[in-house]
Amino acid sequence: MPQTSEPAGEPILEVSGLVKHYPLTQGILFKKQIGAVKAVDGVDFTLRQGETLGIVGESGCGKSTVAKMLVNLERPTAGAIKYKGEDITKLSGRALKAVRRNIQMVFQDPYTSLNPRMTVGDIIGEPYEIHPEVAPKGDRRKRVQDLLDVVGLNPEYINRYPHQFSGGQRQRIGIARGLALRPEIIVADEPVSALDVSVQAQVVNLLDGLQSEFDLSYVFIAHDLSIVRHISDRVGVMYLGRVVEIGSDTEIYDHPTHPYTQALLSAVPVPDPSARDRRERIILHGDVPSPADPPSGCPFRTRCWKAQERCAREVPLLVVPEAFRGAEGPAVHPSSCHFAEEMQVVPSE
Amino acid sequence: MPQTETQPQPRSTTAEPLLDVRDLHVEFRTRDGVAKAVNGVNYTVHAGETLAVLGESGSGKSVTAQAVMGILDVPPGRIAGGEILFKGRDLLKLKEDERRKVRGAEMAMIFQDALSALNPVLSVGEQLGEMFVVHKGMSRKDAKARAVELMDRVRIPAAKERVGQYPHQFSGGMRQRIMIAMALALEPDLIIADEPTTALDVTVQAQVMELLADLQRELHMGLILITHDLGVVADVADTIAVMYAGRIVERAPVHEIYKAPAHPYTKGLLESIPRLDQKGHELYAIKGLPPNLMNIPPGCAFHPRCPMAQDVCRSVVPPLAEVTGVPGNRRSACHFWKETLDAADQ
Repeated sequence: MPQTSEPAGEPILEVSGLVKHYPLTQGILFKKQIGAVKAVDGVDFTLRQGETLGIVGESGCGKSTVAKMLVNLERPTAGAIKYKGEDITKLSGRALKAVRRNIQMVFQDPYTSLNPRMTVGDIIGEPYEIHPEVAPKGDRRKRVQDLLDVVGLNPEYINRYPHQFSGGQRQRIGIARGLALRPEIIVADEPVSALDVSVQAQVVNLLDGLQSEFDLSYVFIAHDLSIVRHISDRVGVMYLGRVVEIGSDTEIYDHPTHPYTQALLSAVPVPDPSARDRRERIILHGDVPSPADPPSGCPFRTRCWKAQERCAREVPLLVVPEAFRGAEGPAVHPSSCHFAEEMQVVPSE
Repeated sequence: MPQTETQPQPRSTTAEPLLDVRDLHVEFRTRDGVAKAVNGVNYTVHAGETLAVLGESGSGKSVTAQAVMGILDVPPGRIAGGEILFKGRDLLKLKEDERRKVRGAEMAMIFQDALSALNPVLSVGEQLGEMFVVHKGMSRKDAKARAVELMDRVRIPAAKERVGQYPHQFSGGMRQRIMIAMALALEPDLIIADEPTTALDVTVQAQVMELLADLQRELHMGLILITHDLGVVADVADTIAVMYAGRIVERAPVHEIYKAPAHPYTKGLLESIPRLDQKGHELYAIKGLPPNLMNIPPGCAFHPRCPMAQDVCRSVVPPLAEVTGVPGNRRSACHFWKETLDAADQ
């Protein structure tokens, strides 16, 4: 059952020191910056060829901002995003366009991310207007029909409009559009959270199948820890603009060492009433602090039951914690806590 | 059929149910035809019991609750039949002004989206106090004092200072607490919570569910929890009613249903959710889509998606029959509940 913690693939996307601050201004005529919302505040991770990296966190932790920066919908304030060794944040014009072809996005809400006045054929075929080199004009209709088939929709639906489809079918259309340019990387931002449970499974299975069929690498962003575990090879947990813990799915779910990860895991309701007697719930107090005014030191210290004076002073780095250095086993993985210790919160079978 | 229903066994054992919904039918007239949202729902809730109504969008779970509360949009909605007995009185026979006295004072509702359910231009203190001014004729000053008490009760820190603040100044979890406080204000006997934690983050969801469960125990209220989340249900419910296409397809005590579902739809739902404690290879997916309510399939509404469907399922509507040979008081609307149960055992 344990997954290999280091997939063999080459790094395809390397993110280092990624920061996005949105300025807060005051005054109408003479705008003066009075602060910044630190949406993303120093994120590092690597995505390897053919793997799925899951990113989990609560609302406001910066996970969607990371997604937008990966596909260049937002420009980072600082940091680098290297696609096959080349920093895409420094690119512009033709070079940027070429890279963007290889990194595509699937959006959360299938109701608002498809233009209601365009037919399905036009929606899925639109990427070819921007990148005509991928498919010659006469060939496009055929390609769109193939894509519909790939995502499990009837190719004859090509002339229908989005409102004629259900939520799950619409999300399939969004996925087909993401696949149109044959990208290497797909960034999926909460792709199933708007769907009903019985339809969610269909779409998750589709994404799973497409990954092996087209050798895709996924960055899968979600707030639902169970789905992330199901689909991911590695998982990064975000809190207040930072990755607080990262590792393979076994390392994160069965051997978490960061208190936030432990609290998050223990808060997930498990659909099995007999499991509730076997597990200890950690109920966090208070709310996530405002990213405009994050706490000093460790961002989690205001809600952490282990917080001490050191946590307010020193920002813990995302490295293997001191306590585990030199040790071996699944508990040894990067976790940004001064007082990291292993705790089992997910009941094992 | 409804008269033959036997009572479930909640933790408390009051003989008379608090709420008894009998053979309820609700339909909506639309431009394209009549949508049958609720097609003969029966359920009971006792004081101190938590009934979870589980279903996907369009299953009729919220419409049933709206009919019970008397906040259904009429028209286009219409109650086409049935009885809603609350403490022995049929609510559907009451006049609107009598119904108003029941609503809020004897039964209250908690909505999913607290931000749109609260009035943005009134302070939370005024909104909480309004309950006492309108229903109890209190003065504004006394009402405000009661509002502070309520905010304390739902564990909002610094209630005295925050009572004058507006909804946008509160976080999502705090707003949902205010909604709970408002529902509790007049100490109703029944609370209907429609997806109370769906809009919240998981750590906050845990706080709010815990609060709701504590208060219910303390006040010995009946609670109807409407949700699509099988995980939330497992933690708090006593009894589960699973709805599909406007009908209850299975009803059982919470422990039993997870162990061995007696309806293929319940079984499919349970298998299709990824679990935190398991990493499988492929998720089970219920094929197809939920039915169009204007054109519900004949026979069992689930038959086009059901792996066990036979000829009889296409023509005969299965009754919500008693499931025998298992612990607890259980019912399933499947011709083949026995086979489904047997399959779950393996």
